[in-house]
Amino acid sequence: MNKCKTSKEIGGMGHSLKRKEDIRFIQGKGHYVDDIKLPGMLYMDIVRSPYAYAKIKKINIEEAMKVPGVVAVVTGRDLEKYNLHWMPTLMSDTQMVLPTDTVMYQAQEVAAVIATSRYAARDGREAVKVDYEKMKPVIDPYKSMDPDAPVLRTDKAGKKDNHIWHWEAGDKAKTEAVFASADVVVKEQMHIPRIHVASIETCGCVADYDKINNHLTMYMTTQAPHAIRTVIALVAGHVGLTEEKIRVISPDIGGGFGGKVPVYPGYVIAIAVSFLVGKPVKWIEDRSENLQADSFARDYHITAEMAGTKDGKILATRFKILADHGYTDASANPSKFPTGMFSIATGSYDYDTSYMECDAVYTNKPPGGVAYRCSFRVTEAVHAIERMTDRFALEIGKDPADLRMENFIKKEDFPWKSPTGWIYDSGDYHKGLLKAMDAVGYWELRKEQAEKRKKGELMGIGLSTFTEIVGAGPSKDFDILGIKMFDSAEIRVHPTGKAIARFGTKSQGQGHETTYAQIIAEELGIPAENIQVEEGDTDTAPYGLGTYASRSTPTAGAAAAMASRKLVAKARKIAAYLLEVSEEDLEWEPGKFWVKGAPEKSKTIQEIVFASYTNHPQGMEAGFEATHYYDPPNLTFPSGAYICVVDIDKETGGIHVRRFVAIDDCGNIINPMIVQGQVHGGLTQGIAPAMYEELIYDEDGNILNGTLMDYLVPTAVESPSWETGHVITPSPHHPIGAKGVGESPTVGAPPAIANAIVDALSPFGITHLDIPITPAKVWKALKDKGAI
Amino acid sequence: MIPQSFQYESPGTLEEAIKLLHQYGEEAKILSGGHSLIPMMKLRFATPEVLVDINNIPGLSHIVEENGKMKIGGLTRESELEHSAALAKIFPIFKDVTKLIADPQVRNRGTIGGNLAHGDAANDHPAVMLALNATVIATGAEGSREIPIDEFFFGFYSTALQFGEILTEIQIPIPPTGTGSAYHKLERKVGDYATAGVAVQITIGDDGIVKAAGIGLTNVNPTPLRAVRSEQALIGKPLTEHSIAEAALYASEDCSPSADLRGSEEYKRAMVAVLVKRMIHEAANRASNN
Amino acid sequence: MLKEITVTVNGEKHTLEVEPRLLLVHMIREVLNLTGTHIGCDTSSCGACTILMDGKSIKSCTVLAVQANGKSLTTIEAVAVNGELSALQEGFKENHGLHCGFCTPGMIMRATELLANNPNPTEEEIRWGISGNLCRCTGYNNIVKAVIYAGAKMRGEELPSTEPQFV
Ligand SMILES: Cc1cc2nc3c(=O)[nH]c(=O)nc-3n(C[C@H](O)[C@H](O)[C@H](O)COP(=O)(O)OP(=O)(O)OC[C@H]3O[C@@H](n4cnc5c(N)ncnc54)[C@H](O)[C@@H]3O)c2cc1C
Ligand code: FES
Ligand code: FES
Repeated sequence: MNKCKTSKEIGGMGHSLKRKEDIRFIQGKGHYVDDIKLPGMLYMDIVRSPYAYAKIKKINIEEAMKVPGVVAVVTGRDLEKYNLHWMPTLMSDTQMVLPTDTVMYQAQEVAAVIATSRYAARDGREAVKVDYEKMKPVIDPYKSMDPDAPVLRTDKAGKKDNHIWHWEAGDKAKTEAVFASADVVVKEQMHIPRIHVASIETCGCVADYDKINNHLTMYMTTQAPHAIRTVIALVAGHVGLTEEKIRVISPDIGGGFGGKVPVYPGYVIAIAVSFLVGKPVKWIEDRSENLQADSFARDYHITAEMAGTKDGKILATRFKILADHGYTDASANPSKFPTGMFSIATGSYDYDTSYMECDAVYTNKPPGGVAYRCSFRVTEAVHAIERMTDRFALEIGKDPADLRMENFIKKEDFPWKSPTGWIYDSGDYHKGLLKAMDAVGYWELRKEQAEKRKKGELMGIGLSTFTEIVGAGPSKDFDILGIKMFDSAEIRVHPTGKAIARFGTKSQGQGHETTYAQIIAEELGIPAENIQVEEGDTDTAPYGLGTYASRSTPTAGAAAAMASRKLVAKARKIAAYLLEVSEEDLEWEPGKFWVKGAPEKSKTIQEIVFASYTNHPQGMEAGFEATHYYDPPNLTFPSGAYICVVDIDKETGGIHVRRFVAIDDCGNIINPMIVQGQVHGGLTQGIAPAMYEELIYDEDGNILNGTLMDYLVPTAVESPSWETGHVITPSPHHPIGAKGVGESPTVGAPPAIANAIVDALSPFGITHLDIPITPAKVWKALKDKGAI
Repeated sequence: MIPQSFQYESPGTLEEAIKLLHQYGEEAKILSGGHSLIPMMKLRFATPEVLVDINNIPGLSHIVEENGKMKIGGLTRESELEHSAALAKIFPIFKDVTKLIADPQVRNRGTIGGNLAHGDAANDHPAVMLALNATVIATGAEGSREIPIDEFFFGFYSTALQFGEILTEIQIPIPPTGTGSAYHKLERKVGDYATAGVAVQITIGDDGIVKAAGIGLTNVNPTPLRAVRSEQALIGKPLTEHSIAEAALYASEDCSPSADLRGSEEYKRAMVAVLVKRMIHEAANRASNN
Repeated sequence: MLKEITVTVNGEKHTLEVEPRLLLVHMIREVLNLTGTHIGCDTSSCGACTILMDGKSIKSCTVLAVQANGKSLTTIEAVAVNGELSALQEGFKENHGLHCGFCTPGMIMRATELLANNPNPTEEEIRWGISGNLCRCTGYNNIVKAVIYAGAKMRGEELPSTEPQFV
């Protein structure tokens, strides 16, 4: 752990301060969107398509309008009158709000029923009758580019196929040359499955349009309230809802994980209805609607190859991706990066040749591609490289830990330029892996495994030594819909030395109320306890792009430090004035200036702040406030070394995760307790796709597991008891040396688990299994190889 | 997810309940623990017009040993079965099965009567009742009748209960010493319905000969299934690896699972064989300690 | 159509006229405005709606309000008495047993019954005991720790360390 510079009372960085926000949550006083009740509020429920691809012949609303309490049924034709039936996606594609003639995926919104109660709205929904003409959908992305595949986006003039875009990175010719002459080439076809964030709170909103003042207050479950306000203004500006007339409030959020970044049709319909009827409209999705219609994550089909020498030197990698985007490209990626940060897929290894390409296609599935606890496709990238590293080790018969040690980028080689152009800021991969191996007892486990193999028992050890890329991002490259990806902090210190700090981000459980206060406490020496953190209200907080992709600490956290430093500079002037010395004669430690050589002559930060309101130097602005918009000079590159140990029941395929050790390097740590909590949670979200979760569609595009009965979110029984630890290499370019941690475990855990399972099965010639790896899959693989 | 409107009746006696059921006929449904029925109503897969709630009828919840039988009231909750010392002593299988049914909150509501009356081959109690040779007591306008468990399960979601009849009790013969029972199911995660489940009760005489065997299978057949050939493969001879393997094979051949998200048909058959083998071992083990 | 019911909620008696189909969770949240009890699913899977009915933990999304007639309910709002946190509430706070807090009321209500039945549970018993409650944020390690802490506190034993342990 990094050493604490401040006392426990101040509670700056490095202290495991208990969270300030908890006191309301443990007493049921959290305030989530469904807790909002406004006078005259109406409720909305949504009629959804039972088919993946169909023409809408007729929507009959007569019976629904007879249901007591139903006040309106809104269809695409109604929205069309106001030109509100389409909206832009974050990737500058287009998405229907409500369809006028064709539905493109099962569970797509078809009509909205507005009623005076939740129950009446549901009854109304049941009574809406829609006639469809079913069409043959495109479900398999590999078939979407077939010559006879129907062109899905007929709304796009001149579109002749289902191809969205092509992307590439690295050096194709050089890569081909290295592959052609390499001793060893390994190749696997892998699918990173379509999964869902499944935060325990679903999405929802209360749209409250005030006709008299032409003002919209939008309470919604959003991770990016400011960006949402801008998007609403882009969609509805033409009907008079311009940006200054919109206030977005994001109350407490019951988990987001990237799923609460996009704008879903339900939000827009609620706004449109509130705008038309002049009453507040509440829309809260059911869990099944959430799983079936909201943004998915992942869904990359990857052909992965690695070339190397016989003795285990990695020479080159090549990745060819087919990305299934569903019916529109609604990914949440920075504009210039259609595959997000996938090009981090060269990994933690020192080699200079790589080529990767991706083709994205449309299918009749829900849109999405959200950055689910992942900095834009890093999960896919890490899975591909870490699986292939093990695959290579298996091929040449080298221990995967040894192979990694021999190929790691060395500590002294940072900053290091990757074959795809990223400048890794810092790391010590050898130290991390050694620590993980020590903690788990790696070589003893290998011995045990050898013994077990002799007896025919299956035990596996899997590693994942990944490099992440987070904190998007520097404004020269990073924007979403043109808005640069900075983030912001505004600190106001009151005359009595207590502060309020506001941010453009939005916590969904990450503990910002505590960690941001700790950063400011670290810089200013004002006790964290006396710093109130607020986020999520666009009327009060400074503009920022929100919380996702592990960007809060790297961007807003940095902004907090930088704004604090502006305040320290001001404090120095005031202290010099009060102590009647020159600024250079002052020494600073968080909380206090004193005169060099005369420590008894000092002023505390509280005294200085008070003076800024009561006795500030002439010519200086009164008050003690600062704002900073932080534009990161580079991204940060957290890394980790994870080791998983599994035992497999040969007869049933049952997989038991015996141990899981995770060593993370997230740079300097603000609050060890919170960081550890983030790692635990992320690891469970890592075991989820590795062993349990995947959204499954049949060939007609019906989702087969669109409820929590069948979409298998792990419980406490499936989750192992996680063992975690750290190595610390501070980010050299970040004001507080932090790198961000929220996503490493989700990204790093799946390949560690997959590698462990494949390791257990490798004596039978099994070299790869796609996640989620279920007992049935293991059993089949063993059966196919004649092992049982 | 909100149920369609219905009328709610909460009779205080069995007679009244039966009268109401007759009065409303097909329109009415019995509400017991509600943890199969209410979820279906929320999804509007079930849309009864009348609910007759039997939770306020006294005398339907008990676990008593009487006349060589263990009598369990239809309204007895899973959590009561789980924590009953009387049951644990004679039928360790109840601890096995209840732990694997849903989760603690669901078990605080769900009843054994509802679990059987629901007639779902995915539920766990049917297989257990088959293994234990239970008798179901159904009470209707004409009084009570006994339904042997082998005649209880019909087709998909249907049972031998006539309309107007309430499952009031389950009676299980107390087995002789030398008996052991065990249940296990494979599930995708805790609380899930079974990929495959197997219940076994076995009685082994002092001479080492298997005197009786009951084997029930969960969720590998359209209806809960007794593995008849497997039982026969064990009875009348000492328990050997050979007879156990035979029993396992027969069960896997005689069931009729369908492929779904839980696994292929082939996988499920194989799992039946594995579980039959393991549960026979476990039950025999317990028998020898009894 | 409406049914009159009398329920005691957090010690206070209410007589209400409700539609028979009103789910108990909606009665609690929308009729009585006790919004600490949450809804996280539509298949009785997540446990966010867990409350105590006559001391037993139940999923209030799968019980009808009319079935609570004559019963006594406890929700998260009544767990702290006169501002004093219960051992479990304290355990969750001290051990970082929550992130977004959405699952927390259900977890606490469930764990309340768990500890009432089994004052000194093993880790395994705790994990199975909260298996009807999903948490997407914490990975459960610290929830387990919170329950162990609360158990020790209720038994009057020395409290386990709340500092995070690292390898
Ligand atoms: C999340 C979840 C997971 C579950 N997992 C499992 C599992 O793993 N294994 C398992 O076995 N079950 C599982 N269940 C089902 C649960 O055990 C139910 O409680 C049980 O199937 C039905 O019992 P009940 O008392 O709740 O019946 P109810 O839901 O009240 O009734 C079910 C049906 O039986 C009828 N009925 C009820 N009682 C009687 C009676 N006495 N006489 C005549 N008819 C009656 C009703 O009219 C209805 O048709 C799960 C349920 C949930 C919600
Ligand atoms: S809301 Fe009740 S279990 Fe999910
Ligand atoms: S703390 Fe977020 S779901 Fe548990």
